[in-house]
Parts: sequence; C-alpha cells; structure tokens
Amino acid sequence: MATQHSRSAARIMMAPAVFLLLVWMLVPLCMTLWFSVRNYLPLRGGDLGFAGIDNYVRFVSSNAFWPSVLTTVIIVGSVLLISIVLGVLLAVLLDQPMWGQGVVRILVIAPFFVMPTVSALVWKNMFMDPVNGLFAHLWRFFGADPIVWLSDASIFSIVLIVSWQWLPFATLILLTAIQSLDSEQMEAAEMDGAGPLSRFGYLTLPHLSRAITIVILIQTIFLLAVFAEIFVTTGGAFGTRTLTYLIYQRVLESQNVGLGSAGGVYAIILANIVAIFLMRIVGKNLDK
Amino acid sequence: MARSVSTRRKALNTAIAWGIGLLIFFPILWTILTSFKTEAEAIANPPVFLAFDWTLENYGVVMERSNYMRFLTNSILIAGGSTILGVMIAVPAAWSMAFVPSKRTKDILLWMLSTKMLPAVGVLYPIYLLCIQFGLLDNRLALVVILMLINLPIIVWMLYTYFREIPGEILEAARMDGATLKGEILYVLTPMAIPGIASTVLLNFILAWNEAFWTLNLTAFNAAPLTAFIASYSSPEGLFFAKLSAASTMAIAPILILGWFSQKQLVRGLTFGAVK
Repeated sequence: MATQHSRSAARIMMAPAVFLLLVWMLVPLCMTLWFSVRNYLPLRGGDLGFAGIDNYVRFVSSNAFWPSVLTTVIIVGSVLLISIVLGVLLAVLLDQPMWGQGVVRILVIAPFFVMPTVSALVWKNMFMDPVNGLFAHLWRFFGADPIVWLSDASIFSIVLIVSWQWLPFATLILLTAIQSLDSEQMEAAEMDGAGPLSRFGYLTLPHLSRAITIVILIQTIFLLAVFAEIFVTTGGAFGTRTLTYLIYQRVLESQNVGLGSAGGVYAIILANIVAIFLMRIVGKNLDK
Repeated sequence: MARSVSTRRKALNTAIAWGIGLLIFFPILWTILTSFKTEAEAIANPPVFLAFDWTLENYGVVMERSNYMRFLTNSILIAGGSTILGVMIAVPAAWSMAFVPSKRTKDILLWMLSTKMLPAVGVLYPIYLLCIQFGLLDNRLALVVILMLINLPIIVWMLYTYFREIPGEILEAARMDGATLKGEILYVLTPMAIPGIASTVLLNFILAWNEAFWTLNLTAFNAAPLTAFIASYSSPEGLFFAKLSAASTMAIAPILILGWFSQKQLVRGLTFGAVK
C-alpha cells in the first residue's frame, strides 16, 4: 500500500520531469502564438505591431501554401502506403522458417539507424547523381538516358529516400506483432484446410490491424516533420517544399517570423489531430 | 510446437529473404565499399564491387581536413549528455508513476507523450530566439538540454513500461523488512531496473545521435555534431564520392552497431508500449 509519505515523495520525484516538459511546451508555444499575431520582421524593422489574423490569412492564401500541402500529402501518403504494404509482406516473409533469419533481420532494419543527413546524401550523390550515380550507370547500361532524379522526378526521389528509412521501422514493429500471434491457432487453421491466402486474410491481417494503426499514426507524426532529407537534397526546390519546409523558409530564410509562426500554429494543429488518435490507442493500452 | 516445413520451402524462403535483405542493405554496403576506393574507382563505369585496390586514404583525408574529431566529440557529448541528463530526470518520475500510481498518472503520461508530438518547426523561431538571447546559439549545452527535452517523454515512457513489470510484492517485502524509501530504491529497485535503464539509454543515445532538425538549425561551427558535418558535404565537396562515403561510414558505424543490439527496445520505445 502506498502511504501518505510515499505519495508526497512520489510527487516530488515526478516534479522535475513534469515541470521541465511544461516549460518546454508552454513557453515556445505561447511565443509562437504571440509572434503569429504580430508583424514581426527581425531584419526589416523588427516588431511592427499587431497584425490580427493577417498572418494566418496570408499564410494560407500565399501561392506556396496549397502546393506545399499537396506535396506533404503526397510524400506522407506514399511513404505510408509503401512502408505498410511492403512492411506487412516483409514481416510475413521474415516470420517464415529460413536459414540466417537473424542476419536478414539486421540487414532489413539497418537503414533506420542511418542518420537522415547521411542517407539523403548517399542517395543524392552515389545513386541519383545524373553523371556518376549508380542509377545513371544502370540506365546507360540499358541504353537509356540517365534521369536527373532530384529535379525531374523530385517527389519520387524524396519518397524513395524516406521510404528506405521508414520501411525498416514498419517491418520491425509488424514483425514483433506477428510473432505474438498464437502459432497453435495458425496450425489449427492449416489443418482445417485454410490456404495461405485465407490464413493471411483471416488470421494475420486482423491480428496486425492494431499494430498497423500504430505504425500509421507514429509514422505520420514523424513524416510530417521530415526536414533533413529535403534540406540536403533539393532544398525545397522542384516541388518538394512540404509544409514543414515552407514554415522553415518563412521563419529562418526570409525571416518573416509572424507569417512563419502562423504557419507553425497550423502545423501544430495538424499534428495534434493525428496525435489525438494515437493517444486514444496508447491510452486504452495503459488500462490493461 | 514448431510447424514443420519442407527443406525446399525453407530454401526458397531463405533465398527470397536474403535477396530482399541485401537489396535493402545495399546502399549502406555500397557506401562502406566506396569508402575504401580511390575517387576514380568510386565513379568508375561499370562500377567495381570488390575487385579494387582497397585503401584507407579517404579516412585519413576526412579526419585531417574537416576537424572530424571535433564533430565526433560534439556528437558524443550532445547525444551522451542529453541521454544521461534525461535518464536522471526520468528515473524518479517513472519510478513514482509505476509504483505509486494515482488517478492522474495516466493523464500525466499521455500529456508527456503529447509534448513529443509538438512539431519542431512550430516552435523553431522561439527556440532560436531564446538561444540568441541567452548566447546559446551554436552551443553544446543548449543542444544537450533541447535534445533531452525532446526525448524525455520517450525516456519516461520506456522506463515506466520497464518499471511496471517489476513485481510490487518485492517492494512490500523490503518495506516489511524495514527498508527505507532510499534503501528500497538503491538496493531493491535499482538492480532490477538496470536492464531497462540500459535499454532506454541505448535507444535514446541513438535517437539523439541521429537528430537532424535542431542540430542543423541551431549550430554553425563550435557545437556542430556529425549530422551537420555530413550536411556540409552537400556542397560541391559531395562530388568526392569516396570521401563522402568515408565520412558517412564513420558517422553511422557506431550507431549501426548499437542499433543492432537495440531492436527490441526500439519497438517498445517508439510505440510507447503499445506493441511488445
């Protein structure tokens, strides 16, 4: 039983973490909200006064806004689709009996541990370089003209790089979930004459549905924030400017803090919509 | 009981899985191989895979030319510092939530998680401004604190899920035997919690090492870790494939090795205990 004494001790022990996170959340958030209603241009006169909702209106009515939303949706959606579909297939494959399972698992998971700037640069130069990249060599080998990936197929290239980083994450989590599937149930289904496809459709997939939901939610939050991969490859050019990158450019590159902060508030709202669903699932799990 | 499978089927599985595994791993393998080539061999067409003159020259050049050691030191200090600081703050919090839960524990945990969901770009300027105001731009300490705060929710969560698995009866028994709160934590809980803490440290070190939003935006020179060092290769220097590969290999090698040990913790840590 927890005594009164240990309760107050518990509160004291929790205090630093709670306090720090509270400050970390509230101070920048309030500042962003404040800047978002100011006409704040640090390099061109500083704080020029109250702007009302001007920044919010200007952010969404600028020419760059809708294309950036579209880019964000395409990138996040494609990476999700690729990593979930291939992730499920890979997880099922890796769950099969084979030789060297542990090694294969390591090979598949490795890209997740590569820092984003490294994977972006390796892909950009060693694979996608139109003169010396491996893809260019391959294209020439088949007598085709090399593709200038990062300008002619820019979104595809970014999706490829980001998917390469996140497919391992999805696979790892889905594999963990598959391994918790009761093997006796599988055997029973097999004995009753269920083919591999119907076993997959009626047993594996339903069992995975929760893990898939969690992967989608977590990845969405991280994918909305993709930054380094765009920063070192296209720098937001050739239609790869996502919402996150647009805000970054407004704030740090063109130093229009008011406008950028309004964009930041939109990004926060967007992330929170996803977060609510994730928290519900996680919260339910806590009650068990 | 394991399902019995024919050898042929197993051989087929093995072939397909190894094929796909090697395909996914190929960019890393290629980077490592290229780092041992000369610049001419690195861009040779047709590409050479193994039959080239292996050389360590690129590593020497990278280490001399770009103050590699300073970037490496910064990465270690920032990732290590933020992890240690985070664990020191999170252990008491997670301990109290796991062993003295109250009605609000769940809400606090979920709220902590929600701070992790805050998009960094949404608070970029405030943090940037605060760093300038306090003279902390391009400062290691600032990054240690920021990365600690970013990862604190994950650290608390991971520790919480580990601590919760420690049976409460043991604590009661210790209390019956007259252990004080301090003694209970030091002699009973700590030994049992060490594996969980170690996993948490490992995963968070990896996350902090690879963090590439704040490290790119808040550093210039003095505090820049390896993420920024590699990003500097996106200038025309990047055209030197062999040197880029050597620099990349050095930046990812420690984490690849640590990462392979932490696969399980990764699942637990990044799904907040929802998938085990």
